[in-house]
This record gives sequence, structure tokens and C-alpha cells, in this order.
Amino acid sequence: MTLPTPSAAASLEVTDEIGQIPDSSANPKGSESRSPGRLAWKRFKRDRTGVISAYIVIFFFAIAILAPLIAKLYGKDPYTTYASQRPELLDAFSYPAGPNGGISSDFWFGIEPQLGRDVFTFLLYGIRTSLGIAVAATLLTTFIGVVVGVTAGYLGGKTDYLVGRIIDILLSFPSTLFFIAFMPVVYGLFVAPDENIPTSLRAISLILVLSAFGWASIARLLRGQVLGLREREYIEAAKVTGASPRRIVFKELLPNLWTPIIIQSTLMLPAFVTAEAGLAFLGVGIIDPTPDWGVMIQRGAQFYTEDITFMLFPGLSMVIFVLAFNLLGDSVRDALDPKSKR
Amino acid sequence: MSNTNPLLDVTGLTKHFPVMGGFPFKRKIGAVQAVDGLDFQVAEGESLGLVGESGCGKSTTGRLITRLLEPTGGSIKYRGQDITHAGRKQLAPVRSEIQMIFQDPYASLNPRQTVGKIISGPMEINGINPPGGHEKRVRELLETVGLNPEHYNRFPHEFSGGQRQRIGVARALALEPKLIVADEPVSALDVSIQAQVVNLLQELQQDLGIAFVFIAHDLAVVRHFSQRVAVMYLGKIVEIADREDLYDNPRHPYTRALLSAVPEATADDIPARERIRLTGDVPSPLNPPSGCRFRTRCWKATEKCATEAPPLVQVAGNKEGHLTACHYPETHDTVPAPRLSKDVAA
Repeated sequence: MTLPTPSAAASLEVTDEIGQIPDSSANPKGSESRSPGRLAWKRFKRDRTGVISAYIVIFFFAIAILAPLIAKLYGKDPYTTYASQRPELLDAFSYPAGPNGGISSDFWFGIEPQLGRDVFTFLLYGIRTSLGIAVAATLLTTFIGVVVGVTAGYLGGKTDYLVGRIIDILLSFPSTLFFIAFMPVVYGLFVAPDENIPTSLRAISLILVLSAFGWASIARLLRGQVLGLREREYIEAAKVTGASPRRIVFKELLPNLWTPIIIQSTLMLPAFVTAEAGLAFLGVGIIDPTPDWGVMIQRGAQFYTEDITFMLFPGLSMVIFVLAFNLLGDSVRDALDPKSKR
Repeated sequence: MSNTNPLLDVTGLTKHFPVMGGFPFKRKIGAVQAVDGLDFQVAEGESLGLVGESGCGKSTTGRLITRLLEPTGGSIKYRGQDITHAGRKQLAPVRSEIQMIFQDPYASLNPRQTVGKIISGPMEINGINPPGGHEKRVRELLETVGLNPEHYNRFPHEFSGGQRQRIGVARALALEPKLIVADEPVSALDVSIQAQVVNLLQELQQDLGIAFVFIAHDLAVVRHFSQRVAVMYLGKIVEIADREDLYDNPRHPYTRALLSAVPEATADDIPARERIRLTGDVPSPLNPPSGCRFRTRCWKATEKCATEAPPLVQVAGNKEGHLTACHYPETHDTVPAPRLSKDVAA
């Protein structure tokens, strides 16, 4: 019994709720189960864009994690100004002497104008810094958002009202402007104005500020989800059997919230990467000489009329990463929540 | 129907949902009187049917008995123990004895849990460790409700509506309850499946001696399942009686109207019985009519009905335990007033 063309669209419409109802006789091994997670994974594997994006994203994370190892094998580091040892690398105007920004077998991505640092390792470490900050900010944001959103949604009443108004206020801030305004304030909290700000403090401050303005949207989303789920009959069923609020939140609510949580955080991470780069570009985030995507683009902007190659590598790599991650986020959403598609 | 020592004793049960409004400060501007002064008992092993049209407070009553909602007034006694306002900790010992079956089999099972987890959850919560472990007990329960015990590891989405409802029944049975509140357990199912589930519940009631509060709007299902039936209208019980008595000798005009509305399969040459068609809508529970709540749609209503709420009593001519809340109860030969349109069932 074969249908002429099993339409792909129809099979994609298989949802968590309806699913195919297996005939108990058709499948003698009745213990085999298809969890909603496994169904989502199957759907994801069918999505070619998503799989390719996933590989690209994994590749970026791999080089970020393995940056020290790659740099060691490559034999250079991002801090050494190679031009001071080998003045022939730069010309009289401090631009790379070689063609295409000085790309050679020694310097794969060329060398930096003026200081003569190695672009390849600088980019590797830059990706490492940027991704590290973005991942940390995403994790912290998601955590705060989940805690606040689920609490507000589950408790309801006055708590919900109060949290709702705080979220309203936070979301009405123009966040970029506030990042710029708040970064010096946060630095001032930890370091006297005349002292140098250590890089780790800059990174931590960035994570804190990005999270402080980022949790509101995910909290609001989850609050709404919890409000909807709270009245579901399976929550009532758990209550009838005497389940504690703790059990209801962790065993009944949270497993049903993973989908929006994962979708939101995968869409949030690339936004944080660009925000972090933007702040570095504006000079309030990570600053030179710490390698960073934003720092590189800022440096590149100074020289792009003479040496476009230097701007090309960080710019292109960032576009590819952000695009791939956003596409991945879309695919993850389609896989986890096929009903939201189109 | 011994009132001497009922399993569940409900007196004056009331639930008003506050309606908030106003600006800038919200205050209570009214109350939806969902349930207003219910009195009934459920004996051990007995099935009480609760019928009435949508919005009459049936489901609210069910949720009050299982204490999902906090009653506004009245009292609920389970085996003589007052559980009206008991907290979660105080309720714990009673929880396992009063369970609930829900209306929507698609919403009542957590989609992220396997059947095994869903059914063993109540046992885990209440610290019950059956001999042979949770899994063995779950397999037994699955078999009891007519499902393949091998489906232990499956997820709810892999089952049909009827199968899901059976899982819901198994979950309720896991704690070996003495009373099950079934909130329209079959109204979301196909008619062909309804009978199976009702028969399953009936077997359970007979074999395990579980008392039921069976909420439904389908009179045929209730007649099949419940030994005693209470008819609700707008938050009040208008009539409560033994099954045969209620169906054969309805005394309240509303009960009569409800019974006459049951569609009947009749052959063309047999004259169909006449049908009482109620006019108008159910009044809003925000502002129920004074006196008898049914008077706005009743063909017998008089001044007295508007001023004096009829008590739920055993009116003249009723059998023992047949209570009716009406000033002018129906008799067998009562002919509906001409105000009603008579219509012939095709």
C-alpha cells in the first residue's frame, strides 16, 4: 500500500499534539516511543538550511574554543607587533607592503596596518572573546528571564502586575543608548576614574549590562506562556493528586517551556554578538589591544579606504556567523513548534 | 442512599467569582454566582449524576469538591472531616481518596511525559510504593483500563482521544480513590468511543466500589451511569432524585423541559412525544433573577416565584429522597401552558 506521492508538506505538519496515532497491532514493539524531543530532532534533520547553519555555527564555536591551539600550530599570537621585528612588512605609510593586505603564506589573512599584528590570530581570539561574552550574556539573560517570567506567571496577582510594569519600563528604554550611557557608570562602580579598567571587568560589565536590558522580553514571553499553561487540565490533575508548587513548576511547567526558551535564546545570541561588537566599535565595550570582533571592525573602519582587506575578514565572518545563527534559530523554531510556521 | 454516614457531605456550597473593574484602582464591582448554596450527599460506592446546561456551575462544583477552587461559603465534608478550607498539607491524606477525571483528554495529559510517568506521578507525590515497584503497578493499571501495558513508554500524542481518556482514568485510579469526580469525561469523545469509556467507568464503579460524582450534560449518559441524579440550573440544584424517579416522574418544570429535549429515534409512524421548548436565554449569573432562578423561562411562574425562592424539599407526591425546588411542581398529567411552542420531532 503506497500512496503515489506522500506530500512533504503534510508530513511536516505532524505536531506534538496530534501526531500519528499508531495502530497498536502495527507496531508489535509497543515500548518504542517517540518523544516530542525526538520528533523535533527528526524534523530538524530534514531541514537542510538548518543543518548547514548548524555546521557553520559549530565551526565558529570550535575555532573559538580551539583558538589557542590553532594559534600555537600556526605559530603566531594576536599581541605581537610583527612589523617591529620585520619592518619590511609595512610600507612607508604603515600599510601592509604586500598585496591584498599583506596576505602571504606566513600571514594567512594578512597583517594589520600601523601596528602590524597578525590578522588571522587576532580574528580567532576576537571570535573567542565575542562569543564568550555573548554566550555568557545569553545564559544569564535566559536564566533571569525564566525565573522572573515563570514566577510572575505562576504567582499572578500583584507580583505579576509589578513585574509586568518593570518589564514595560525596561522595554521602553532605547537599549543601545542606555548601553553607551551605562557602561561608564558600571565601570565607575568597580574602578576609580583614574585607574585602568582590567579586561575581565570590561567583559563582566558588558555581560551584566546586556543581561540587565535583555531579560525583559524573554520574561514577558514566558509569563504569557505560563499563564496559558497554568490553567491546563494536566496542571489541575497534578494539583488534585497533591503536587507541590515546586513539582508543578519543575516537572509540569518547565518541560513544556523548553521550546520557547530554546527558540528565544537561539535568536538572542546573535543579537548579543552584534550588540557587543557595536559597543566595542563605539569604544565603550572591549577595547584595543584585546582581540575582539568589534575592536577589529573599529580598527578596520579607520583604514578601509586604503586597506579594505583588513575590514573584510572580521566583517564577513561576523555576517556569516550571525546569518547562520539566525537561520539556525528559525530552523530550531520550525522543528520544535511546527505550527508557528508561516 | 443512606444519609446516615455519607462519603461526601456538601452543605450550602457557594462559589462567587469576583468581577474586578474600575479606574484607577480596581475593586470588586460584582460577582459571578457560579454556585450558590448546594446541598447534596454522596454515599459510598454511589454514583451521583450532575446535569444541567452549559454555565450552570456543574464544573465549578466538581472543582470545588476536589478543592481546585476555594469555596466562598458552605462546607464540604469528606467522611465527616471538614475539607472546605483545608490547605495543601492538611488535604494530603484526603487527596489520594478524591480524584478527578477531566473533560478534555488532549489537555489533561502532559505532552512531555510518558504514559508511565503520568500514571506513576500521583504515586510518587503521595509516597506510595506498591509491591513490585511503580512500573509494575502502572502496567496493571493500563491493563485495568483496557490499554496495552507495553505502551508504558509512549507519549500522549501517540494515542487517540478515547485511549487518552483511559490514561486519565488510570491516573485517577493510581491512588485507589474512594471518590472520583468525573467532569464531563466523555463529552469530548466520539459517540462510538463514549460508550466504551462509560462502560469502563461503570465496571470500575461496580468492581472497585468507587463513588462517582458524574458531571455531564448528556442525560442519556447520566441515566446509564448514575443511580442518583441532580439537576442544576444557574448555580442551584433544582431537583435531585433517584434515577428512575427523576426520569419517569420529573417534578420541576426545568427537569421536564430538559428531559423532553432529549432527541429520540422514532419511526415515522409512531407519534413523537411533545417537546417543551424553553424560550429565552439563561439569565446572567452576574445578576440572577430574584426568587426562583428559573422563573424567567418558566411557563408557570407567578408573583410568588419572583419573591420567594423555593426550597429544595420533598414536595407532596414525591418518593423518599426525591427533592424538588419548585412552588408549583409538575404532575404526570400537567399539560404545558400554551405559551410554549410545541414542536414535533422529525
